Amino acid sequence: MRIGVITFPGSLDDRDAQRAIRLAGAEPVALWHGEHDLKKVDAIVLPGGFSYGDYLRCGAIASHSPIMAEVIDAANKGLPVLGICNGFQMLVEAHLLPGGLIRNDHGRFVRRDQMIRVENNRTDWTSAFDENEEIVIPLKNGEGGYIADEATLDRLEGDGLVTFRYVGMNPNGSLNDIAGISNERGNVVGLMPHPEHAVERGFGPNTNKAMRSGMDGLRFFTSVIARVLV
Amino acid sequence: MSRHVADTVANAEATPEKEQPFAALGLKPDEYAKIREILGRRPTSGELAMYSVMWSEHCSYKSSKIYLRQFGQKVTPKMRERLMVGMGENAGVVDIGEGWAVTFKVESHNHPSYIEPFQGAATGVGGIVRDIISMGARPVAVMDQLRFGAIDNPDTARVVHGVVGGISFYGNCLGLPNIGGETYFDAVYQGNPLVNALAVGVLRHEDLHLANASGVGNKIVLFGARTGGDGIGGASILASDSFDSTGPTKRPAVQVGDPFAEKVLIECCLELYAGGLVEGIQDLGAAGISCATSELASNGDGGMFVELDNVLLRDPTLTAEEILMSESQERMMAVVTPEKLDAFMAVVAKWDVETSVLGEVTGTGRLVIHHGGEEIVNVDPRTVAIDGPVYERPVAYPTWIDALQADSASSLARATDGAALREQFLTLVASPNLADKSFITDQYDYYVMGNTALSFPDDAGMIRVDEESGLGFALATDANGRYCQLDPYEGARLALAEAFRNVSMSGAVPAAVTDCLNFGSPENPEVMWQFQRAVEGLGDACMQLEIPVTGGNVSFYNQTGDQPIHPTPVVGVLGIIDDVERRVPSAWQDEGNNIYLLGVTSTELDGSAWAGTIHGHLGGRPPQLNLETEKKLAHLVQSAALEGLLMSAHDLSDGGLAQALAESVARFGVGARVWLNDILERDGMDLTSALFSESTARAIVTVPREDDVKFVGLCEARGYPVLRMGVTDGHGPEATLTVQDVFTVPVAEILERSRATLPHYFD
Repeated sequence: MRIGVITFPGSLDDRDAQRAIRLAGAEPVALWHGEHDLKKVDAIVLPGGFSYGDYLRCGAIASHSPIMAEVIDAANKGLPVLGICNGFQMLVEAHLLPGGLIRNDHGRFVRRDQMIRVENNRTDWTSAFDENEEIVIPLKNGEGGYIADEATLDRLEGDGLVTFRYVGMNPNGSLNDIAGISNERGNVVGLMPHPEHAVERGFGPNTNKAMRSGMDGLRFFTSVIARVLV
Repeated sequence: MSRHVADTVANAEATPEKEQPFAALGLKPDEYAKIREILGRRPTSGELAMYSVMWSEHCSYKSSKIYLRQFGQKVTPKMRERLMVGMGENAGVVDIGEGWAVTFKVESHNHPSYIEPFQGAATGVGGIVRDIISMGARPVAVMDQLRFGAIDNPDTARVVHGVVGGISFYGNCLGLPNIGGETYFDAVYQGNPLVNALAVGVLRHEDLHLANASGVGNKIVLFGARTGGDGIGGASILASDSFDSTGPTKRPAVQVGDPFAEKVLIECCLELYAGGLVEGIQDLGAAGISCATSELASNGDGGMFVELDNVLLRDPTLTAEEILMSESQERMMAVVTPEKLDAFMAVVAKWDVETSVLGEVTGTGRLVIHHGGEEIVNVDPRTVAIDGPVYERPVAYPTWIDALQADSASSLARATDGAALREQFLTLVASPNLADKSFITDQYDYYVMGNTALSFPDDAGMIRVDEESGLGFALATDANGRYCQLDPYEGARLALAEAFRNVSMSGAVPAAVTDCLNFGSPENPEVMWQFQRAVEGLGDACMQLEIPVTGGNVSFYNQTGDQPIHPTPVVGVLGIIDDVERRVPSAWQDEGNNIYLLGVTSTELDGSAWAGTIHGHLGGRPPQLNLETEKKLAHLVQSAALEGLLMSAHDLSDGGLAQALAESVARFGVGARVWLNDILERDGMDLTSALFSESTARAIVTVPREDDVKFVGLCEARGYPVLRMGVTDGHGPEATLTVQDVFTVPVAEILERSRATLPHYFD
């Protein structure tokens, strides 16, 4: 089981995503934005960061990288793709997911341990969660406000494509408290919070039991491993 | 448009009488005369530009050098054991074991951050991170030490928003966890905020690189961002002159940062090091190409030839002098052997970084720079970078200090009834310097890289270095300008002691020190006295604690008009922990554990947060400090942590026991019942002292009940004073902090008061 992590210039959480994949029991494979080679991986993670310095719009330049042509092609054929934060922004810019992400409504970068609800556990990346399970993973972004036109929102809501919703508080002004969405097929998932930062005891978000012990993010990766191994 | 023609060496020889604007460049008449003497002629305008920036206070340490030497002299053999690189390089390097080393340094970016807070603070982070890269290390964390003016002054919000936004923007975009720091507000910093930035990196022993230009024929390569007109003369004009509130704006002298370019540069440099493709890499910071070429050449064994026309420019109209002085960010200079140049170029191209070969190492012993086919610089690089002027500035015992020290807090009214103490407790909790700082720290990413074991608001930040063994380091920085104003010698010792204590509380063993010495004008003899005393205090204390100063920075001219800031020596202590799994947080998370107070309390309210906040008072003498006792406390906590006896450990400092309790219950919302009668009886004091005194060598720790006997036995065996003073209590909305027979405060109220202050002024 090999999961690729694409590094773009300005990617920051690429090594974290690789660690998460390793801890979940798969082999992380480093992929480079400037190549066309997906190295026959079984799934792909687009990591967080500030690819190309977020110039133009977050994720906009990265979505035109050489490797993204292959990612779009593979995603349309069903390869599981997870976009985290900046990766979610790339998926939106690449039209693999609908809508857009804009500057947080309060205007500041925010980093917090965020509760979200997994409303759709039928995607490739969420099958290890219970439906409507509430989990806590870190959130950190400056431009995480999800927007879409009303017709798109109606479709997302009506078809059950709102995969994650913020619980307790909306940290960035996202419409309908949307934290993440998926495509109809359920292989392409994007979200603003960071599952790869909640995979290891001692380095994740705080829980009521112990400081930094949250590991809810690990199941994103075990989900896709289970999906591919089926 | 007529092209500016650079002044050549030949021209300088032919026109000895030409008047030169040395004063406008920050040089004094005798310094200019010295340059003429060194060269045996007048300097060219390019040479004058180089000497002026490199001989500025900021680059040459000309007023502080004679004092800083003692950091290298006051050392014991033990202090050298872990020291791989000491003072004088871009950053010190410490052996932390298992083949790993850590390099770290704190630096100031005060003056730019007042003029242009966002860019000033952002480029402060960028600059210190490049220092770390130049040692061959991967940067792994940053911290910031911020001091602003009065929180209610209308200008403070401008500076706070800019500085915090700049740090957040640059640090987050670089992908470096921000793991701690300090934020203080005091009117003395109103026209001169302090923005210090610390960066830390890790490397394998064999990857250590020092930047020097050796090996005749090796290429000098400039890579990274193009050179532009930003920050020209920043080093000499900004950092070496205090602000005159009526002068013209100095905005164009502040650099503009691009963290994306720096992130790419980090990865590019690390790949160059890993491939063995560079002899060394020097960062470009203050004084840009002037500094990088003269330092590289001085530290090497020969000379250097540079063709300035090869510098890639953002603005083609820049003159040769401007190119030499430009402080454009995100640039590096590498020394590359000719055989490896192609491979070097391939890596740089992979990262889309622009590059140009400027010249090469020569055997002439001279730094020669050509522009437009003419020789415009021909100097001995050591006279520029190393043998700058050294001043023994006049020192004078401050006329005001005896009166200040005589004005003790002992005459201030002290509350005795519970209701009044409760109100004072909450007033302190909500005071700007003790209030919750999450409004600021929530804008910083501490998750990135996945190795952050502790971060704010813990006493120290902690990073795992080795994922297999768990080896890591802890870092804390401290400074108390109020103590230093009362007594700079003791104040500097106290700053070191607090950082040492904070690192020890986390379970780590202190190993090395960095400092950023923020003071007023060195031309003021009273400021120079403060500086002298602070450096002596820090040097003496480092020797007693046996941890060496590995590097740092001096920032003078921190004043507005004639009014200097309080002396503010920021001291950072780095500690080593064998396994971060054994870290100790600074607040408790569980019910039913015993709370112990370690150490003895005296009535020490002079300079305290209580005196400042409740009475608006600053006077007397700072708390007494016994470093042998501090060592004992550190050893005790480290041993207890090693045996797994501690659920939390929190040092007592600003705001005393009361503030430590408030922070401990507020952090995870777990209440406590405590009693003071044993303390009052044993140490013989009143309630105000017990709650708010800032006596040193104290901590509160929590211990599971089943480990009580073991823990108390450990304390007794080591002869350290210990008192059981409470138990941790329930959590949830009903949780309270109860100080028996004095007051009860709901934890929710503490949180509300503590969290309201910063948003009230800045949201």
